[in-house]
Amino acid sequence: MRKVGVIGAGMTNFVRRAQETPKELSYEATKAALDSCEMNLEDIECVAHGTAPDAFDGIHQKGEYLADGSGGWNKPTMRVFVGGATGVHALIHGWYHVASGMFDTCLVVCEEKMSSAMPHAQGFFLTIFDHTTERALEPTLLWIFAMEMNRYMQRYGYTKEDMARVAVKNKNQGRKHPASQFKEEVTLEEVLNSEVMAYPVSRLDVSPVSDGAAAVVLAAENVARQVTEQPVWIEGVGWCLDTAYWATKDLSYPRYLEKASKMAYDMAGITEPAKQINIAEPYDPFDYKALHHMEGLQLSPRGKTVELLKDGHFDQDGNLPMCPSGGLLGVGNPIAAAGTMKVCELFWQLRGEAGERQVPGNPKYGVCQAWGDLMQVSSVAVMGV
Amino acid sequence: MEHTNFIRGGTALSAKDVEQNKAFSVEDELACRYAWDTGVGVGRYLEELKEGNIIGKKCRKCHRIMLPARLFCELCFRPTDEWVYVKDTGVVNTFSICQVNWDASRVEPGEKPHLPAVIEIDGASKGMGILHRLGEVDPKDIKIGMKVKAVWKPKRQRIGSITDINYFKPY
Repeated sequence: MRKVGVIGAGMTNFVRRAQETPKELSYEATKAALDSCEMNLEDIECVAHGTAPDAFDGIHQKGEYLADGSGGWNKPTMRVFVGGATGVHALIHGWYHVASGMFDTCLVVCEEKMSSAMPHAQGFFLTIFDHTTERALEPTLLWIFAMEMNRYMQRYGYTKEDMARVAVKNKNQGRKHPASQFKEEVTLEEVLNSEVMAYPVSRLDVSPVSDGAAAVVLAAENVARQVTEQPVWIEGVGWCLDTAYWATKDLSYPRYLEKASKMAYDMAGITEPAKQINIAEPYDPFDYKALHHMEGLQLSPRGKTVELLKDGHFDQDGNLPMCPSGGLLGVGNPIAAAGTMKVCELFWQLRGEAGERQVPGNPKYGVCQAWGDLMQVSSVAVMGV
Repeated sequence: MEHTNFIRGGTALSAKDVEQNKAFSVEDELACRYAWDTGVGVGRYLEELKEGNIIGKKCRKCHRIMLPARLFCELCFRPTDEWVYVKDTGVVNTFSICQVNWDASRVEPGEKPHLPAVIEIDGASKGMGILHRLGEVDPKDIKIGMKVKAVWKPKRQRIGSITDINYFKPY
């Protein structure tokens, strides 16, 4: 397989409700990514894009609807959709377009507009549950997050305060991200005292719903080296899907993520991820998920992650910075675009362009991950310079 | 290169902007209706619920007794074998005390919170949980590992649905 580099990145601001349509958001991010590497749409051979449930927009097959905004006009264009994992999965999808030798350049574009669904996009999550054995119980997505969080905390003796520390860290880090939808500083007390939604989940344990888009430009090695002196290579990719019988598995540990990350590390030649990875962007729609995912990503020993968090190990200047972007908690969570935001972050971090959020010490390897469906799927990419 | 140059668009709109006609929006309502066939494995599972029984299916290859009952074993990828009645008791694997309804509206003050739980059913293979609700329990007394028992609807009210069990209560 051919070596594939990320050569450009762009995104929109993440906001609660965007004036732009989904197509306009896609255009803004795509155009920004092309501009960042001084390329035109004519230089792009194919488009890999991602967006989450059609139901959010009320537009069936919205991939085709978005194609114009993501540069997909008159080109081989394919949508990928694996729920919350879409944002990193679209990168993998774009990667094999180029790695296979089929194409030399590829645009990866992810978009989400959640604000159109009335009264709240949350209502559509009822329809991801099994219609015969679960939906009659009127579940919400909060139920499964809350129950996974509860099981995870119980397993290792973690407390709500331990989990809230992640929200404080990521939300305050996100204030340094120019695209963030938050401006206010958040304290531990505020997180702990925020409205209880579904114990153990309180409102500030959760990332917000958002509108936004993010895009990157991929190129085969020979093209990448012509376009930029600083390509960021996609060193390894991995993904794995677990059973939809979600209530029958060990909720305290994401075994499918372990598998996905090992696939990516093997490809990247990473044998000791906790030592070799310099930046982690685990998927953090809820605070506990960041820690749950650090364990699944083999970046922290199971049950020791809170200790490392408290020691500052995961801070911007710590041994293994976690979510230097601010993550979904700190920047916003437009589902598919949120994962691609993490790809953009690694691109900027590994090139030393992350400004106020820059991780010190010339980081060489970063890993980003996204997660979705019925606590079921993870997509992982290792990027390096 | 400054990465901030490549962050554009995503213009924040407030509810007020829409109310004051500074930005227009178009509304529509989609009504979707479905009739789902329950299938082979799950169909029998529901029929048995109507009779007040919980039934699983066993795979002779991996020896798992699975819930909900299923036509094929997804691990061995072969047909499942015997039908096995399991108990209507179990252990709380995890739970939540939820103040939010499915459509994101809040449980009204004075109303009881939702008490979803994953319940590992006795007689099925270890870890074989189902989603259900808890009842007849003070939320602050719920514990992981708590033993619970199904509270069935009266027979004439059962329709062959997971809701033929009203909830599980401690015993």
